[in-house]
Amino acid sequence: MKALSSWIKTWYLSELWAGLALTLRYFFKPKITVYYPEEKTPKSPRFRGLHAQRRYPNGEERCIACKLCEAICPALAITIDSEMREDGTRRTTRYDIDLFKCIYCGFCEEVCPVDAIVETRISEFHFEKRGEQIMTKEKLLAVGDKYEAQIAADRAADAPYR
Amino acid sequence: MSELILGFWNGLWPEARLVLTSLFWVLVIMVPLIVAVGFYTLVERKVIGYIQGRVGPNRVGFHGTFQWLADVLKLVLKEFVIPANANRFLFVIAPIISLVPAFSAWAAVPFADGIVLADINAALLYILALTGMGVYGVIIAGWASNSKYAFLGAMRSAAQMVAYEIAMGFALVGVLMAAKSLNLGDIVRAQEGSIFHWYWLPLFPLFLVYFISGVAETNRAPFDVAEGESEIVAGFHVEYSGTGFAVFFLAEYANMILVSALSVVFFLGGWLNPFAGVPWLEDVTAGVPGMVWFFAKMAIFIYAFLWFRATFPRYRYDQIMRLGWKVFIPVTIFWLVVMGLFIVMNWPWINLGFTVLGISIVLILLGRFAGSKTPVTT
Repeated sequence: MKALSSWIKTWYLSELWAGLALTLRYFFKPKITVYYPEEKTPKSPRFRGLHAQRRYPNGEERCIACKLCEAICPALAITIDSEMREDGTRRTTRYDIDLFKCIYCGFCEEVCPVDAIVETRISEFHFEKRGEQIMTKEKLLAVGDKYEAQIAADRAADAPYR
Repeated sequence: MSELILGFWNGLWPEARLVLTSLFWVLVIMVPLIVAVGFYTLVERKVIGYIQGRVGPNRVGFHGTFQWLADVLKLVLKEFVIPANANRFLFVIAPIISLVPAFSAWAAVPFADGIVLADINAALLYILALTGMGVYGVIIAGWASNSKYAFLGAMRSAAQMVAYEIAMGFALVGVLMAAKSLNLGDIVRAQEGSIFHWYWLPLFPLFLVYFISGVAETNRAPFDVAEGESEIVAGFHVEYSGTGFAVFFLAEYANMILVSALSVVFFLGGWLNPFAGVPWLEDVTAGVPGMVWFFAKMAIFIYAFLWFRATFPRYRYDQIMRLGWKVFIPVTIFWLVVMGLFIVMNWPWINLGFTVLGISIVLILLGRFAGSKTPVTT
């Protein structure tokens, strides 16, 4: 009886109908798509996006050209030149990050003794011309100036876990 | 102005007037069909997306309404590359050969009672002949490309299409025996009565065989080994690009819509009201035009094509051949013999499918009942 019934079921494609019923159920289920440019998923304060250089509240740049980031960078994306400024402090004359080489590992940020180089949560950036992928010191500082509030808030949120 | 046109019209030869009116009606069918094909490609992506928990294209126009137009535009604007050493004439003619049957078969499809472009008596034969022509487009495309891959793909799909055409033809012989007519309008009229008089129930296995063969015939999933995107390159149309490729796709989708329409005509009572015989609903729906029923029923099959594609994994090639030659053809022949016997003996063949369906449902239930005592581990 069992064999006969399963033989008949084969002829009536019963398992195929079961599959169809399953996909039909999924057809009416709510969709999980995020409509990206209009909707965005939340980002962690630890998000590692576009780089920025920070300043102290008095406007002085934080970077002291210790070159730790240049040394640790696994992708060799950072190039630093430095000199002595008139007031006797060491500062960078050149601080370039090649974003094509960068792997966004965040080591530069971790190794920085003065929290100068940071990775912001900006993930939407693009380049239109060759050479634009080099983030120069001016560009990094400009990003830092623009998003300082956000950067500071993210560092503060993550501080207890560091 | 209108007198001028009228005068011009009356001044024409009667033959020219006939040609022009026919051309008008051909356009009345063809233009909506082409637009329908465009929307079908969009609906396909939407439906498959919905089944997979996505939303499908939603950028061009309202919820992606004009995505198909963008796709068409992109394909048409691309270069039509003719490979070196390809047979230029055949290479160009092949997409047209596969397109023409897909469109011309619509001439015999009755959209509603009397609304048909060509009410020919041998419509069933005409449609079988034209759908058979589709294979030539595939073979010629593969041959003319001068590429071994295109040629192998053409062989695969040609063998498949020929195999399933036989099963399809036999299934239609069953319809022919039941309706005693080759005219599609008469076939629909023969199904008059309640929803249980439509041939899907009396000819139950033939209905399944016909639609599954239709899916295989149009090279659609799960029988799409001819162009299985995830395992081989395109198949017979590898060498086609731009407009030629677009025309092949147009033909494929027009064929799918055609198979849906024919399934409705042969097995789901064409333009007939599904509520006929139901006491209250019949009066309520009496005013609904037949064409609405026709298109509503067509939508079921059109959806089923996409539903199958989203549900079933692709058959292996030998499985496709086995299903076609060793299952469908014997099943249809057996059913034809049994039905022929019933008709010759003047037994009520109309109850045949119902009886078989009923008996097997009882047996399945019995099997479940018997099996519930001893749990089976497989």
